[in-house]
Amino acid sequence: MPDLLLELFSEEIPARMQAKAADDLRRMVTDKLVAEGLVYDGAKAFATPRRLALTVHGIPARQPDLKEERRGPRVGGPEPAIQGFLKATGLASISEAKIQSDKKGDFYIALMEKPGRPAIDVLADILPVIIRTFPWPKSMRWGERSAKPGALSWVRPLHAITATFGLETEEPDVVKFSIDDIETGQTTFGHRFMAPAAIPVRRFEDYDAKLLAAKVVLDPDRRKDAILTDAKQLAFAQGFELVEDQNLLDEVAGLVEWPVVLMGSFDADFLSIPGEVIRATIRNNQKCFVVRDPKTGKLASKFILTANIEATDGGKAIVAGNERVIRARLSDAKFFYETDLKTKLEDRLPKFDQIVFHEKLGTQGERIKRIERLAAEIAPLVGADVEKAKRAARLAKADLLTEVVGEFPEVQGLMGKYYALAQGEDAAVAAACEEHYKPQGPADRVPTDPVSVAVALADKIDMLVGFWAIDEKPTGSKDPFALRRAALGVIRILLDNNLKIDLIAELASAAVYIRAQRIAQEIANLGGVAHVSFSRDSFVMGGFQVLSNDLSQALNAAHDADENRRKLRDLSLGILVGQLLEQEDPEGRPYYVSSIENSIGIKPYSFLPDLLAFFADRLKVQLRDQGARHDLVDAVFALGGQDDLLMVVRRVEALGKFLDSDDGKNLLAGTKRASNILSIEEKKDKRSFDGAPNAALYKLDEEKALAKAIEQVKGEAGAAVAREDFAAAMRAMAKLRPAVDAFFDKVKVNDDDAKVRENRLKLLNEIRAATRAVADFSKIQD
Amino acid sequence: MEALPAHMRPERSFQGLILTLQRYWADYGCVILQPYDMEVGAGTFHPATTLRALGPKRWNAAYVQPSRRPKDGRYGENPNRLQHYYQFQVILKPSPPDIQDLYLKSLAAIGVDAAVHDIRFVEDDWESPTLGAWGLGWECWCDGMEVSQFTYFQQVAGVECAPVAGELTYGLERLAMYVQGVDRVYDLNFNGRDGAEKVTYGDVFLQAEQEYSRHNFEHSDTAMLFEQFKMAEDACRKYLAAGWQENSKAGSNRKEHLMALPAYDQCIKASHAFNLLDARGVISVTERQSYILRVRELAKACGEAWVHTEAGRAV
Repeated sequence: MPDLLLELFSEEIPARMQAKAADDLRRMVTDKLVAEGLVYDGAKAFATPRRLALTVHGIPARQPDLKEERRGPRVGGPEPAIQGFLKATGLASISEAKIQSDKKGDFYIALMEKPGRPAIDVLADILPVIIRTFPWPKSMRWGERSAKPGALSWVRPLHAITATFGLETEEPDVVKFSIDDIETGQTTFGHRFMAPAAIPVRRFEDYDAKLLAAKVVLDPDRRKDAILTDAKQLAFAQGFELVEDQNLLDEVAGLVEWPVVLMGSFDADFLSIPGEVIRATIRNNQKCFVVRDPKTGKLASKFILTANIEATDGGKAIVAGNERVIRARLSDAKFFYETDLKTKLEDRLPKFDQIVFHEKLGTQGERIKRIERLAAEIAPLVGADVEKAKRAARLAKADLLTEVVGEFPEVQGLMGKYYALAQGEDAAVAAACEEHYKPQGPADRVPTDPVSVAVALADKIDMLVGFWAIDEKPTGSKDPFALRRAALGVIRILLDNNLKIDLIAELASAAVYIRAQRIAQEIANLGGVAHVSFSRDSFVMGGFQVLSNDLSQALNAAHDADENRRKLRDLSLGILVGQLLEQEDPEGRPYYVSSIENSIGIKPYSFLPDLLAFFADRLKVQLRDQGARHDLVDAVFALGGQDDLLMVVRRVEALGKFLDSDDGKNLLAGTKRASNILSIEEKKDKRSFDGAPNAALYKLDEEKALAKAIEQVKGEAGAAVAREDFAAAMRAMAKLRPAVDAFFDKVKVNDDDAKVRENRLKLLNEIRAATRAVADFSKIQD
Repeated sequence: MEALPAHMRPERSFQGLILTLQRYWADYGCVILQPYDMEVGAGTFHPATTLRALGPKRWNAAYVQPSRRPKDGRYGENPNRLQHYYQFQVILKPSPPDIQDLYLKSLAAIGVDAAVHDIRFVEDDWESPTLGAWGLGWECWCDGMEVSQFTYFQQVAGVECAPVAGELTYGLERLAMYVQGVDRVYDLNFNGRDGAEKVTYGDVFLQAEQEYSRHNFEHSDTAMLFEQFKMAEDACRKYLAAGWQENSKAGSNRKEHLMALPAYDQCIKASHAFNLLDARGVISVTERQSYILRVRELAKACGEAWVHTEAGRAV
């Protein structure tokens, strides 16, 4: 069967768009072929900086013929209806129609045959549409045509379209169509500099081979392989090791059609700059790789570039030129780094008071104070030194204001660590400057040092609570502040470090504090002086205090006409009485408190259950990703009140192990049987069977034995759960199994005596209740 | 072409480089203009680009434009940052199909041999928030150094480009540093001579860089500049308002504009006053956005006026 070759030859396509474009082209063409009844054997697409290419092989030469029956008017129906039917179906006269009978009468039926079209004609129809509607992230118009309406939009000017279709053994045909001024043909072009001449092509095999001869490697994977192999080889030959970088490799392969890998050097003096900064400079600005000494792991004063030509001087000028640019770039980086070292991190902090973190959440300075407070509160719970945690929290964001981080945002945190070490900070404090951002993604490391853990938790909890308080939660695919990642980060830090922290208490603490802080700031904005004083005790009592230095003045100024002072006084009063509700002052004027509250836009902690549910969702996702059965996760969460994430995980683990055992499987079966009977009978009687069974109504030994077993298991399992020993709870649970099995063997639940029946149903309900000590068994799938 | 005398060769003379580019684009058929006689931040601000890029009429022009970026001053201490530098600007409307080749040949003309050097077109989308303009194109790299910007204008002054113009901007100092093999801009040979006759870029501009850096960062009269911004903004609007006329041709009720160019001058003035104020750090982050918006509004109004002038409208 024939093959299609399609090439769209253009000016340089941005590297980052090439892979998706090739994929889109393959998908769009093959989808359309299939929709047209042309089922193909295989397809592959490629991209270089100057071309998108697609080969589809094994396309049938013609579409299959289509047969269609169309039902017409009733026999003897009105003439216009019959004429309309003939016109719609293309029949010459009504005698060509068949007659079909059903219970409504006789009808005309037209048998229409739609002959399949040649595939090449179908292609000539579908390809222009695909090209015109191609989903480039950004596209443009160009040239003379761009003045006319409907001009083609492409990522960069499109110059030629090769489209051939034919059998392997024959000269293929051109799929003829034109877009704007471009006519399809079978001519492509080689490398821009080394082989720019036109190349006639017939089909994919000779296209690929001729391009290679014309210094174009069509397949991006081959270019990547070549670059990687050569780069490793070049590094190895000099006694170095390539620092591999997949993203850079992908990008570089999209910048060349004929990769030529060369090595250059820079002055070893630059190695005084942190390696990550050198790498960021060379990588981001110059798209070059760096190499390291395999013995020390330190960067060497070399770099590896990928040129697009085999230069006639062997690449001397290219290396020299790149070396010059890299020297200038590293000079800048060195200057930035040395400038940064002259200012202590804490001296940068005042500037954060001028930088807005979020309109409703205040400045970066306010946020840092919040993180510091929370880190200090968390520190003792995770075994961290409180003073160190506070110090780390205070300094952790300071590197955002350094020159190096301004230039290379990706080294934020890391530079904080370097600068902290350089100014003689404690090692744990310096480490936390970097580690508190972790984990950044599922593959990232989780901090383990207690100081880092305290700051990392405080940072993430403040983000989550803050954005929940102003109702900026992630929705659907929108999560601009990466809150899902923050929540998952909290979860992983707690689980990996085996930390038992009352998460809801920390969330609540952060929620109350941020609101108090914002109100205090509002008081300051209105001309008052306020200090937020906060203690867990006062929070537990359900309030917080704002101590205002001039509170009494504010109160005395009750008759002050100045609006600000009035607002201030009202706000202070509102806080004193512990309620920020709208109410009247002694003179019958409404307090402004609620309006100030609205202007602050921070909700009180009523959002916490919702935030906790968000954590639960993240935890579910995390557990599933780790391979835990989602039904077990659901079974544990269905118990409600599961705010200790560590315990949830332990429960799920214990439950999984239990259900793998025979005891577990049988108990599950028994419990389910009990549940099923119960739900049927509950429906029948339209009532539930809660409440303790009456021992006097037990008639059979099996009933008594089960009641006894339940009693015993309840006690044992409850005690085990209280000890957080879920394995023991499961072992206790297993003891139910023989009694349950025996009960179902010997006892008929639906006894003729209604009282006995009710009592037995209550007993079944007890089984269900007993198992709920560890999980809701009804959520577990068989 | 007859061999150039040594002192005119682009690889040893800054002015030789400029003259070679001018000659190359003159040969192509461009109008060779002189710099616009106002302070601008980039060659794009020259009305020969901003305004002439609009409307259907053919337009091919090239010129050197001194460009002022007050914030980029470094008191003459940085080897490649300047608050005043030269751009060589080419504008071709409509963009010709072989514009990339034309550009590459211009590099060959100044001595960049594509058989030896690695020339690359690297994605770089261009946007000017102050001009209400955007386009797609590349940074052109030579051996890893950005030597030009290449843009297909899609929109300028808020008006869709129809047809699209191609814009080439050569950073002349950088390019010269590259072809002369010099690491410090002030070491560039300006006139291509040797010994006592040699004049360097530093001889011409170092003192200016020092003086203007002092001015831009420490002494510029901000009260006056705020006032100038306001005055230029008002004048621009006044001239625009005064320029609208009913079309004199009988039977036509289309409007035409008679003063787009003088109005646009005031837009340029406002933009430069803003740049100077920005360099002094007297404009806060939030205000900054609103100033940019105000200049953009002027630019858009000028663009709208321009497409109703003789040179800017359809025939």
